Parts: sequence; structure tokens; C-alpha cells
Amino acid sequence: MTGQATTAGDGPARQLWPLARRAGQAALVPALAIFTALILGAILIWLTTGSLATALAAYGGLWEGALGSPRALAGTLVRSTPYIFTGLAVALAFKCGLFNIGAEGQLALGAVCAAWVGYRFQMPGLLHVPLTILAGIAGGFLWGMVPGILKARTGAHEVITTIMMNYLALQIVQILLSGPLKDPRSVASQTPALAPTSWLPMLIPSLQLHSGVLLAVLVAIAVWWFLGRTIWGFELRTVGVNPAAARYAGMSVARNVVGAMALSGALAGLAGVVEVAGVALDVTTVTPTGNRYFGLGFSSGYGFDSIAVALLGRGNPFGVIGAALLFGGLRAGATRMQFNTQVPGEIISVIQALILLLIAADVIVRRLYRLRAATADEAQPALTSGWGEKVA
Amino acid sequence: MNLLLSLLATTLTFATPITLGAMSGLACERAGVVNIAIEGMMLSAAFAGFWAAVTTGNLYIAIVAAIVVGVLMSALHAALAITCKVDQIISSTVINILGFGLTSYLYGQWYARNAPDTPGTLPSVPLPGTSVTIRVLALVAIAIVLALHFVLKNTAWGLRVRAVGEHPRAADTVGINVRRVRYSAVLVGGALAGLGGAHFVPGYVPSFSPGMTAGYGFIALAAMIFGKWRPLGAWAAALFFGFTLALQITLQTYNVPIDTRLIGALPYLATLIVLAGFVGRSTPPAADGVPY
Repeated sequence: MTGQATTAGDGPARQLWPLARRAGQAALVPALAIFTALILGAILIWLTTGSLATALAAYGGLWEGALGSPRALAGTLVRSTPYIFTGLAVALAFKCGLFNIGAEGQLALGAVCAAWVGYRFQMPGLLHVPLTILAGIAGGFLWGMVPGILKARTGAHEVITTIMMNYLALQIVQILLSGPLKDPRSVASQTPALAPTSWLPMLIPSLQLHSGVLLAVLVAIAVWWFLGRTIWGFELRTVGVNPAAARYAGMSVARNVVGAMALSGALAGLAGVVEVAGVALDVTTVTPTGNRYFGLGFSSGYGFDSIAVALLGRGNPFGVIGAALLFGGLRAGATRMQFNTQVPGEIISVIQALILLLIAADVIVRRLYRLRAATADEAQPALTSGWGEKVA
Repeated sequence: MNLLLSLLATTLTFATPITLGAMSGLACERAGVVNIAIEGMMLSAAFAGFWAAVTTGNLYIAIVAAIVVGVLMSALHAALAITCKVDQIISSTVINILGFGLTSYLYGQWYARNAPDTPGTLPSVPLPGTSVTIRVLALVAIAIVLALHFVLKNTAWGLRVRAVGEHPRAADTVGINVRRVRYSAVLVGGALAGLGGAHFVPGYVPSFSPGMTAGYGFIALAAMIFGKWRPLGAWAAALFFGFTLALQITLQTYNVPIDTRLIGALPYLATLIVLAGFVGRSTPPAADGVPY
């Protein structure tokens, strides 16, 4: 039997094993970080309510709301979708050595553009859906490109410029929603309802599960292919690892910085698209399918949480999908948790912050669980090297 | 005339948290530790101020509590950034998310169903010869700007802070303990952010609401950059940003038919323009953000 087992290890299984082991090792620290953060969250609930039973019931509600039923599962997938896009956005910029904190603003601009194309035009769905998606991509692309240009031209640090542009986007969106794009028939600051031809097709209509999740997975594969298998991806990563070497090899650092920021913005814009064209905001018994529009109060935090999603996913597109499912699940479960136990849903922000903390300071996790220290190629690369350095 | 004076007083009120936040960021960044966590520190401090004021009934204990919590949050930032050498932007992001999550959670758990008010807010002092009053913390903030300007320029500690912010290795070579100086600067920054949080509760309003700092920490960051990482410059920027906010309110009160959000976008636009180098360059300390 043992002999057979060894021979069975030949062939494809033998090649797969080291791959699986490496994936397992890469996932070990994130898994322990999540575990530890959940324990700490439970302790916080226990300490503040004085009841361990409440903490357990809260986590029960979280589980029930995230995975407990087909409807809950669909809700988790729907909430994970924008996280996949914004997580990919941050991860792609990371690969070029850039820190895109502007996903929230890029998402908002993408959403506005998508909403405008969605309500302004009448055309068959075969054309309308792709155009709506493209509009959102364009909005995020252009808004993301600006900090890229500023960085390449003047050295202005993208962290600061993207923060400023988040707030600018917020102001612009507010102005648009209360003026030029406002639905004249509504008292609220919101766009008119999108034409049904622009809605993302439903996968399971009864569960409100739209096809954005498929799009997200396809885009993740595309990003993986782009970064790992194309010459542009190679250039982008080279600039991220060592701009000086990239320049010496004849690559344009400036072009890659602008391109990476613009693509990153486009990905964040897609998160805006799925929220506007995929998620029904007013499902009632009268309109069981709900209307889709873009309104104030839409924003979301999907962009702000994206840094944690990208880091938890180790900057790998498939890792990002996993991290997004976790964050989407927490978000979906929080409502049920609060309903069941009156434990405020904001506890998930605490858990998310703790996950981010433990991933970033993996020394803590390694000490806690007596793992060996990170080897050179597991160590987190330094993402930023100061505010001031000029790239091009 | 009265309108102008009240506009001035409102400007000072709005400028106070921006000023204190900018000084907080400045103390950290001149020592070479990036601080985009001003928002999270101020929000946590505002909640601490609310909690202490409600619990003890004493507004001055509340200010101390706010400062203590500001220092605690900055200690976490320092431990992550200086000791664990975590990327400083990530550790700032941790503070911001944690500050929002923790305060919203605790408020929801303890107060949401029956939110009490603090026993009043901090007093204002009348401006001599007018009917306008100025908040105490606004005056404190001005004193802090001048003090920080003096300390950075004229004291040994200030020189050390600037040295470890510009060239930590050189500072190390002449026997300065880089880590200790950076720790001290970040903790000072936390105390200043804490005072900024105290301006919200109990300084300005008697109640806490989740996320109530509403981006002031990021406007403060902008003011610090706009002021080129210098106390007096950052103060001027904070006053300018405070003025744009005061103008918005005043125009709204008088029903002037202008979309005041255009004015609201000014601080961010101005900072982008300065960063892009169109109006003089804003250069950060050379070792800002680089772990040592």
C-alpha cells in the first residue's frame, strides 16, 4: 500500500504538492490573523456586554447572516463583488509600488458615470449593459489617472493626492446629485432610475444575485494574466520592485505609474458599476425587482476597506477574491447579528482593523503561534519609501 | 462689521481642530513618521472626551481623557511603525479603521438607545469690545502653534526631531537615540490630536455621534502639507481652510444662491495644486515614512 502511495505521487500530483504546500504556507499567517482577530472581537463583545453568551450569539448571527441560507449566501456574494474590484484595484497599484488610497473616490466617479449612461439612454440591453460598464470603467480610469500623472510629472505622493481626490469626488458627486443629475421627481438627492436594459443580468432573480460576481471573477483572472503573463504586466511589476533598474532597462517609469494608477482606478470604477447597475436599492412588494439608481448615502466604505482586502489577499488576485468573500460575508452577516443580539454591526470594522493590523505586523502572529520568522521572500515588501521621492 | 467679526469667530472655531490636527501630523512627520491617522486619533479622543464627561461630569477630566486616548492611539501607531517597522501608511490606516469601528461600536453598545449629553461644553471668552466670543480651545490651539514653532526651532529636542526626520543615520552617528526621539514625537502628536478631539466633545457639542470628525483629520493633513510641514505655515493653511468652511455656513445662513459645495472643495483643490508644484513646492522631511 505504501509503495503504491509513493508511485501515485508521481505524475501530476507530484507537481501539485509543492504548489499546494506553498499556497498553504502563504495562507497560514492570514488564516491565523483572521482567527486571532475574531477571538479578540469576541472578547471585546464579552467585555462590553458582560456576557459571553451574547458574544457567542452575535457570532452565531454573523454566521447565519453570511452563510446560513441561500439568501444569506447570495447576500455575501453580492457584497463581496465590489470588494473584489476595489481589492484588485489596490493590489494592482501595489504591484507597481503605488499606494492607491483613492478607491473610494474612483468608485464614486465610476458609479456616477455608469448611472448617467444607465438612465440617460434607451437602447437594447445587449448594447446598454456593456456601455454602462464601460462608462463606469472610464470614470474610474480618468479619476485614477490624475494622481498617476501628478506623481509621474511632479513627484506628488499618490497617497496624499488620492486622499484629496476622494474628498473632491465626494463634493463633485454631491453637486451632481443635487443639480444636473438629480431626479426632478424625487425629493432625495439621487439620479433618475436606471433603464432596466442597463441592469446587470440576474443570475438568480429570487435571491437578488446579479451577474457582477461572475464579472469580478473574470476580471480577477484577467488581472492575474495581465500581471503575470504579459509584457506590460512585467514592466509594471519591474517598476514596482526597482524603478531605477526598470529605467536602466529602457522602461518608462512615468508611463507605467500613470498606467497602473489609471487601471487601478478603472477596477475601482467597476465596483461602482456593480453597485449601481446590480444592486436594487428599493425592493418593496410593489416593485419586487427594485429600482436601480445612484443616490447620496450610497457610499459605501468599499473603497476604504480595500487596503485591508488587498493586503489580506497578499496582493494576489485569487487571494483578493478570498479576502473579499470574508469581508463581504462579515458585512452581510452584521445586519443579522445586530438584529438578533443588538450587538452594533460596527464590530466588524474593529475585526477588519485587527485583521489588517495582524497581517501588517505579522511578527505578532508569528510570535503568538510560535511560527518561524518570515523568510526573505515571504516578508512584506516595503510599499512606500517616503513622501518625497521623485519617480520620473 | 458684526457679520465680519462673527465670520472671524466661526473661522477660528472651524480652524481649531484643523490646526491641532495639523500640529499633530507635523510633530510626527518632522521626526520622520508619516501620520495619516490624525482622523482616527481625533475621533477616538472625541469619544473618550464624551465618555469621561458623561461619566465624571467634569469637562476638564474629559479633556485629559481625550488627550490620554489620543496618546494611546499614537502609541499603537508608534509601536507598529517604529518597533515593528510596519509600513506607516498601513499602520495609519489601521488606526483610522480601528478608531471608527471602536468608537461606533462602543457608542452603539453603551449609549445609542439612551444617549446622555455632557454637562455643557467648554466656555468661550468674549472678544473685548464686541459681542463675539472665542472658544477657549481656539486660543489654546494658537498658543500651541507658537510653542511648537519655538520648540522645533530653538530647543535640543526640536533639533533632534528635525535631525531624525531628515537624516536618521547622521543623527544616530552623533549619539541621538533615533527610536526614542521618534517615539516621543509621535506621542506628542497623539496628545495634540487628542486635544483636537476634545474640541469636538466636550469643546463644541455636548454629544458624540459616530464618525463625527467627518474628515477634519484629513483636512488637517492637507493643511500640514499646504503649510509645507512648518507650524506657522500649517496654521495659516488651517485658518484658510477654516475660513472656507465658515464661509459655507455663513452663505447658507444668508441664503446666498451659490452652491457652497464648490467652496467646500477648495481645501482639497488647493492642496492638490500646491502638491503639483504650481505654487511653490511643498517638500516633506527627507526621511518621512522611512523606518529606521
